[in-house]
Amino acid sequence: MARHSELLLDVRDLRVCFATEEGIVQAVDEVSFKLHAGEVLAVVGESGSGKSVTAMTLMGLTRSPNARFDGSAKLRDLDLVTAGDDELRGVRAEQIAMIFQDPMTALNPLHRIGRQIVEQIQAHRDVSDGAARDQVVALLERVGIARARERYDAFPHELSGGMRQRVMIAMALSCEPAVLIADEPTTALDVTIQAQILELLKELRTRTNAGVILVTHDLGVVAEIADRIAVMYAGRIVEQGTTDEIFYNPQHPYTWGLLGSITRVDRPRPDRLPSIPGLPPSLIRPPRGCHFRPRCPHAHDACLSRPELRARVAGATGHEDRCVMSPESKRELREADGQIGLVAGGVTQ
Amino acid sequence: MGRFVVRRLAAMLVVMFAVSVLTFLIFNVIPNGDPADRMAGRNSTPVQIAAIEKEWGFDKPVYTQYLTTMEKVFSGDLISYANQTNVVEEIVRGIPRTFALAIGAALIWFSLGTALGLYTAIRAGRFSDTLVTVLALIGVSMPVFWLGALASYYLGFKLGLFPNGGYAEIGEHGLWEWVKHMILPWFVLATLFVGVYSRVLRSNVLDTLNDDYVRTARAKGLSERRVMIHHVLRNSLIPIVTLWGLDFGLVLGGGAILTETVFDLQGVGQYFAESVDQLDVPPVLAVTIFGAFFIVLLNTIVDIVYAALDPRIRLS
Repeated sequence: MARHSELLLDVRDLRVCFATEEGIVQAVDEVSFKLHAGEVLAVVGESGSGKSVTAMTLMGLTRSPNARFDGSAKLRDLDLVTAGDDELRGVRAEQIAMIFQDPMTALNPLHRIGRQIVEQIQAHRDVSDGAARDQVVALLERVGIARARERYDAFPHELSGGMRQRVMIAMALSCEPAVLIADEPTTALDVTIQAQILELLKELRTRTNAGVILVTHDLGVVAEIADRIAVMYAGRIVEQGTTDEIFYNPQHPYTWGLLGSITRVDRPRPDRLPSIPGLPPSLIRPPRGCHFRPRCPHAHDACLSRPELRARVAGATGHEDRCVMSPESKRELREADGQIGLVAGGVTQ
Repeated sequence: MGRFVVRRLAAMLVVMFAVSVLTFLIFNVIPNGDPADRMAGRNSTPVQIAAIEKEWGFDKPVYTQYLTTMEKVFSGDLISYANQTNVVEEIVRGIPRTFALAIGAALIWFSLGTALGLYTAIRAGRFSDTLVTVLALIGVSMPVFWLGALASYYLGFKLGLFPNGGYAEIGEHGLWEWVKHMILPWFVLATLFVGVYSRVLRSNVLDTLNDDYVRTARAKGLSERRVMIHHVLRNSLIPIVTLWGLDFGLVLGGGAILTETVFDLQGVGQYFAESVDQLDVPPVLAVTIFGAFFIVLLNTIVDIVYAALDPRIRLS
């Protein structure tokens, strides 16, 4: 784990809201996290929890006349929230790169894939066409594309989804960024391809020592690759900690729900797939206090005041959550419920 | 590609055949359209009319008449019923005038439409966008004959900035005179198209801006200018190119009848209008085939260009 490695990204109290016709959407609300070199941070949550908006905001891709930002997101010394357009353009792809969810649409259909990567390299570095071409062919080989020299001239529609995602990864790596954001990189792909892409990401992380932010709703993916996990719900991080802390000692009832909705092959098959009752709240008029309160089976009066994200478990400073209940009472509740959290299934803690 | 072109050429022949048959038949059933009757004049006797019918072959069955007429179209011997001039020669005389108008106007409306469309899309929702939108709507709503007459009257007649209609041969009057005669027709004809094209491009650009690959382009750290030109505009232009090819073909084939007539350019379109006025079948038939040829030709070219612009499309 990356405890002593360089701090790459320090996000503090990041807020993003968008003015829409229905009202102001608070898409990201007081999000704080850190990312170190060589570390994989998984940002987990349902659709609409603000995980993608957080990721896009770090790239400056949510900037628009309708958007408002607050807080800071320091990439080394540059605050990505307040950076000017030119500063931002300079670090995009060069220091912080992104892999998008749908490789089928993320590449320009009219340009050859090799040229699309070269375009990025040449936007940041003074490289001749020939040298850039060699570099791209090497990159394509590195991400596992066979016959890379030929494929350089392929158009996106001539490649499969998995191949295109490899191209996107090659593109993201081409300027050797310190931070790599992968926004649901495997969601649009077949299961067999998903495993290959994850394997590739893991390998690249080790080789390049980049910090990786993996945005996903797939807990299977998370368990596979993440060092740390941030669970998001309705625009807020409700809990974050190491993968072990989140999986084996989850503190927030929403995390319990998420873990409880994993179907397990080592248990009798339930009649219905377990799910969290209710729907995520509207981000235009979110519930008062804890956002999870309306769906939480353990909600009480204290939940009406805004809960802070802080360390509550004794001896685990990196393990923060937003539930006001004491860790002791939570432990009792979990033991009573039996079903919630992997710990209840007898997995060692 | 080769097979594609051959097939399109065959299709072109079919279209031109169908168009010529239809035109011929329509003029045969138009009331008061009997050419012998019209040629004989007001105080004619049945004997005179019968003589004309025999001389011009109007007594033969319709399909024979059609075949002889078509033969004359392609051998260049086609004679107008109304004034006995050679139709093909008249058309050939009009071609440079029509082409000068079509090519100049098409370049203007394409470049101006694209520039305004891109500009309004980038400024979408702001005052300048609204202003250009209103101007575009006004441009689209102005009838060519009205705008042409106004421009001709104020800029030509009153202010004397431009000649008052007519066409100047480059060989005879020089390039500058030619340009001076063409400027008003070019812009008047282009006005309508600029309005349409800028609106279509604006909405294409706004759609494309939401595409994922534009977000990718931004994430690559490209300059906004490069994102707009290389990724947004290139993708947005594809439908515009189609539109442009079709409109250009129409105007090239003599479709700018009103503009040619208002500015008295004596092109193919004006010739067509005058012939229709006199129910003069041979020129109408010949110009219709001429126009159909260019429309089908430009259609084919558009398809080929389309495949070149968009690698996802293969001609087969």
